[in-house]
Amino acid sequence: MNEARATETRLVGRPQDAEVSVAVPANDVILKVEDLRMYFPITRGLLKRKVGEVKAVDGVSFTIRRGETLGLVGESGCGKTTVGRCISRIYQPTDGRIWFEHREISKLAEKEFRPLRRHIAVIFQDPYGSLDPRQTAGSIVGEPLEIHKMVRSKAEYRERVAGLFAKVGLDPALMSRYPHEFSGGQRQRIGIARALAGDPSLIICDEPVSALDVSIQAQIINLLMDLKEGSSGLTYIFIAHDLSVVKHISDRIAVMYLGRVVEITTPAELYSNPIHPYTRALLSAVCVPDPDIEATRERIVLEGEVPSPVNPPSGCTFHARCPEATPACKTTVPKLTMVAEDHEVACLRVAEAAVKEEQ
Amino acid sequence: MSDVSEQVFVDQSGPDQVPYGRPLDAEVARPVSEWRRFLRIFFQRKLVVFGVAVLVVLVVVAIFAPWIATHDPYRNDMSKALRSPSSEHWLGTDSLGRDTFSRLVYGARTALIVGFGTVAVASVVGMILGLLAGFLGGWVNAIIMRVMDALMGFPMLVLALLLAAVLGAGIHNVIIALSIATLPAYTRLMCGETLSVKENEYIMAQRAMGAKSLRTMVKHILPNAFQPTLVLVTSMLGNVILAEAGLSFLGIGIKPPGVAWGSMTADGYRFLEAHPQLSFAPALCIMVVVFAFNMVGDGLRDALDPKLRGVL
Repeated sequence: MNEARATETRLVGRPQDAEVSVAVPANDVILKVEDLRMYFPITRGLLKRKVGEVKAVDGVSFTIRRGETLGLVGESGCGKTTVGRCISRIYQPTDGRIWFEHREISKLAEKEFRPLRRHIAVIFQDPYGSLDPRQTAGSIVGEPLEIHKMVRSKAEYRERVAGLFAKVGLDPALMSRYPHEFSGGQRQRIGIARALAGDPSLIICDEPVSALDVSIQAQIINLLMDLKEGSSGLTYIFIAHDLSVVKHISDRIAVMYLGRVVEITTPAELYSNPIHPYTRALLSAVCVPDPDIEATRERIVLEGEVPSPVNPPSGCTFHARCPEATPACKTTVPKLTMVAEDHEVACLRVAEAAVKEEQ
Repeated sequence: MSDVSEQVFVDQSGPDQVPYGRPLDAEVARPVSEWRRFLRIFFQRKLVVFGVAVLVVLVVVAIFAPWIATHDPYRNDMSKALRSPSSEHWLGTDSLGRDTFSRLVYGARTALIVGFGTVAVASVVGMILGLLAGFLGGWVNAIIMRVMDALMGFPMLVLALLLAAVLGAGIHNVIIALSIATLPAYTRLMCGETLSVKENEYIMAQRAMGAKSLRTMVKHILPNAFQPTLVLVTSMLGNVILAEAGLSFLGIGIKPPGVAWGSMTADGYRFLEAHPQLSFAPALCIMVVVFAFNMVGDGLRDALDPKLRGVL
């Protein structure tokens, strides 16, 4: 596998190479997403007439460097899970491009993409729904090995699965048990072991701790961080709605609102210098574990509700709820703009301010 | 049975917990064995026990028919026609002098062969079609389900009658006709189950891992979706035996030398006043067996239904 990756990297290393010259990502970029769109059709009636679209993801772009953890946050229905599912090609994106290991994968046929699937693993949110109740824990974890024919003998298979169990802190003696015999945290460990089985370079963690107890959340997050330290270049996309969890694990955080990324930056910068009005409101909703501060701190409460993604507002989708909106926000879609190193924001007001400063 | 229910709650055997690496989240005690829970609920009802007993007797009679029967069920002897029950002919003889009791015993064979044969053919074909329709969706689903809708447009017995009339009498044709007539029930059930199982995250995980559709269907959807079919199979057994009796009663089921309870009921009908046992004995057999199968089906449904867990 490493050999293959090296060859690919070398191929792409030369920008003059005609086939990959379109927006060649830098060498250490493992994943690049460009203008990703996922519209789900709404159909009605016997003939499945299309009456509209849910614009779950509406133009998302970002890059992830090898070994990095990108946190993806936003409230329910903002499209963060859909982004993850498009990258892992559980959904076929409506539009946009995805480069994984310098290869454009968004339009690959399933047949061509299948061998790549083991390099992109997914950890699901629900530790109950994501494990087949009629399969033993061992065969759940070993499934990628079977699917991609990664082992030659039964003995090797057992050894690999036992190794994966140990890696995630489960007793290999539990291999023959069924999912319902495990607790939520243990089930999530099984899910993580399964994700690791294919020896992936990118793991999409889709709210892996949201369904767990707070005490167990920490265990799982530490496990994920330990696993990354113990490997070379394992990359995570960590999807969550809890900012404090994401802050702990991420190298960079992308904040999403209604199918778009509104701000990407490092956790330190995000907490100390949030720029987008939505990010600021989101941050003010994070609880502080100190009752005195919690009681007195200032909170930004947004008015109204998240608009429907079937019929999103024109211009900046946040304008209707934004305390700083101007008439221009209703008509112009803001683009992600670099405001500082490693800090991009999609807000017209920021762009205005920048222009003023220049003048 | 009593010792089963006692053991249910104390069974905690299984490998000891070994602390491994980081601490486990919670002690894992082996929960109550699913199989024992199933048996306990299943045999809780007296009618289910009765149904199972009837089934066992029926199977034993069918297998050992030559040893149980007192006479050759096919031998005509006009000199002994229409005898009343006696120590030699326990249930008397029919209009051709054949021993009614022996014919009843052999009739159990026919009932079971038709019942199990039909259910086996229809459930296997129905499950495959339902699985394909539900999992692949689109035009595959449209074609399969529209054909099933068309089949369902006819009442089961009328359709079986039609098919049996076209195919001709005989045990194989009865099985084929009844299989086609009952196929939509299995297909629709399996299709619905597949659609609901398909929505689980573990099926999505299959796709993310790169599993092929066939593998996902056979290894993950089928094991999670076949239980309702199991219940349907048991209750269908009764229906199919009843339908076979109906076809035989109308004379387009089992061909004459063959023995079937339905045709026996029809034959005895002419002598209802003088020799009521000729019709009533086979009719009673049909009734008891169908009732028994339905009870077993009900018991199975209750024992397997996760919604009733904890209630029973």
